[in-house]
Amino acid sequence: MKTVVRIFLLGVLLLAVPAFAEDATPQVVIDKFAYAPTALTVAAGTKVTWVNKDDTPHTVVENNKKFRSAALDTGDSYSYTFTEPGTYHYFCTFHPKMVGTVTVTAKN
Amino acid sequence: MTDTLKDFSIDRRSALKCMAWAGTGVLWTLVGGVPRAFALDDAGAAAAMASGSSAFHFVQISDSHIGFNKLANPDTAKTLTQAVEKIKAMAVQPSLILHTGDITHLSKPEQFDTAAQILGGFSMPVHYVPGEHDTQDEGEGKLFLERYGKGTKGTGWYSFDDHGVHFVALINVLGFKPGSMTSLGADQLKWLADDLSAVSSSTPVVVFAHIPLWTIAESWGWGTEDAAQAMALLKRFGSVTVLNGHVHQVFQKVEGNISFYTARATAYPQPAPGTAPEPGPLTVPADQLGDYLGVRSIDTVTGTSKLSITDSKLSDKV
Repeated sequence: MKTVVRIFLLGVLLLAVPAFAEDATPQVVIDKFAYAPTALTVAAGTKVTWVNKDDTPHTVVENNKKFRSAALDTGDSYSYTFTEPGTYHYFCTFHPKMVGTVTVTAKN
Repeated sequence: MTDTLKDFSIDRRSALKCMAWAGTGVLWTLVGGVPRAFALDDAGAAAAMASGSSAFHFVQISDSHIGFNKLANPDTAKTLTQAVEKIKAMAVQPSLILHTGDITHLSKPEQFDTAAQILGGFSMPVHYVPGEHDTQDEGEGKLFLERYGKGTKGTGWYSFDDHGVHFVALINVLGFKPGSMTSLGADQLKWLADDLSAVSSSTPVVVFAHIPLWTIAESWGWGTEDAAQAMALLKRFGSVTVLNGHVHQVFQKVEGNISFYTARATAYPQPAPGTAPEPGPLTVPADQLGDYLGVRSIDTVTGTSKLSITDSKLSDKV
């Protein structure tokens, strides 16, 4: 009986993991006037999502405006797909002391 | 209850030194940094001024954040309306109104529309500068400028004269650089130098901008990186009043002839630096919100040589 359950669970995991990996986009949470994580590393082609959990609006703006969100109110999110490897510095145009980095590595 | 923050007096010699320009039958004098008009008689002597007849009175409102609807104030349109009603009920109607930015919360067209409806009923001119909440549209301030930018220079700065006072509107919400406080920028400072070069040192100057032009809390971005360069240009004037918003509470500082004031919001309070880990809306008991919001009057005190700044709370009885 135990073995059956184990095999069943393994099957669930095997099925679940690829599906999870496809859906998951790395998330940066904006909370208490900070991006968390502040530095994120992803492979080229990855979509990154920022979610604002503060009761103050924030933005996500690349230093050279390669990408730029609208004002994100509480609960709003913004996504950007990084296609080119490199280091992307971004900040909040409401609170320029808030800064973050996304490092994009070459596709595996 | 109102709290008069600071009275400025000026001694007789300074007042005489500041005596300004005799025009066609009117003599303007500066009393306490505010000019007063005297009719000239045929011999060119100044006639006695009718008591209170030339008192100049204007109002500052700030940070209405139309569109904000969180716990700290679920109805910012209502509190802005209360501020407008308070101004309309003033015994002496102001000659003009300054709005020192953050008219809207998220730079959305419908938020600008609502603000314009509430602020549209004044008979006197309302002069605006944007806050950083007004310049987050795709055009980075285009919506604000379409509505309020007529006749402005650069990213929206301008100056004008009223009752002998030189007013300067500065923009410090578009010079954001990552990791630092905001700035005015070289172009605007150059314009300011040019603009002021045509103004005599005895002319009172009122400078208004959204973010404080002195550093209140560097880590919160409550300051302007290159404000000192603007102040260097203003140093030679006998009376300079700097009016800002952004911090949603009253702070003041005097440096030589330059007096700095930040104003209460009409939307919601924010914590004082050092009392909270970060800025942002401060929720107070709903029945006390009016104690934290307000409008500011700037006027002459009739019969004395004083310019007085009075901050009143929305909860004050008129």
